[in-house]
Amino acid sequence: MSSQQKVETYGTGRKTLKSYMTGLVLSLIFTFTAFYLVGQHTLSTTALYVSLSLLAVMQLLAQVIFFLCLTNKTAEGRWNTMPFIFVIAIILLLVGGTLWIMYNLNYHMVH
Amino acid sequence: MTDHSTTADHHHSADAVDVFGFWLYILSDCVLFATLFATFAVLQFSTYGGPALHELFSLPYVLGETMFLLFSSFTYGLAMMAHYKGNTRRVLQWLMVTFILGVSFVVMEVNEFVHLVHEGHTWQSSGALSAFFTLVGTHGLHVTIGLIWMGLMMFQLMKFKLTPDTSRRLTYLGLFWHFLDIVWIFVFTFVYLMGAI
Repeated sequence: MSSQQKVETYGTGRKTLKSYMTGLVLSLIFTFTAFYLVGQHTLSTTALYVSLSLLAVMQLLAQVIFFLCLTNKTAEGRWNTMPFIFVIAIILLLVGGTLWIMYNLNYHMVH
Repeated sequence: MTDHSTTADHHHSADAVDVFGFWLYILSDCVLFATLFATFAVLQFSTYGGPALHELFSLPYVLGETMFLLFSSFTYGLAMMAHYKGNTRRVLQWLMVTFILGVSFVVMEVNEFVHLVHEGHTWQSSGALSAFFTLVGTHGLHVTIGLIWMGLMMFQLMKFKLTPDTSRRLTYLGLFWHFLDIVWIFVFTFVYLMGAI
């Protein structure tokens, strides 16, 4: 069986060992940085919240790009990317909206 | 091989649509998790007089869980690489490694839950703990289902080897497995790390 047959990737980029290694190393760096930051307590609380969120989002991107190999380069890839972006928008609305409303309710309960 | 090509082409487009459908399911599952995260964010400080949530967790322990899941996501990738090369044996070996890492994760999580309940911090204790158990438990349930699925996958591979059908199913399971690790990034960050600030 020839090893380089056409590989079906369903519109994602070609998965390679290099992309998996990159994804793993980046994920490890982001995870340990976040863990270290929390253990150190050198940053202010606000700075910690912001940097932890950023690290989580960067790890999300690292895994989506290097593990799932979501790409915009092919037509099928764009079909996969579009609902992904749509769902991110929904999630932001859902979580952001919930927090906003509940914060307001809480505020008006005590004031 | 030549008389096979037309049916193969047909399979190709039908499979691509199927995988796209599965991807849409994954994304809708993300919305489910988003609602649980929102609930947790609202309820996390409502401990009903009990200790704050971060006093109940051990961060190094959870870091260990995180490593198991992250490496299992990576080894699943290695199984996919072997699948591209058509090496069934190698696929099975990497799936086995992934399976063991996944089981280790679930065992650690169940152990954490048992420990909490044993100390009297159950899902009935407070709003915060209800939200915690629902969010983390739903994720753990997904991982458990993924493990059962992986067991079935290995069984299928042993029986049928790599065929267009089994390779499509491997793709589904791969999407699902990577998705579980992605959700865990946020559990680790928002539940455990941010709770400890």
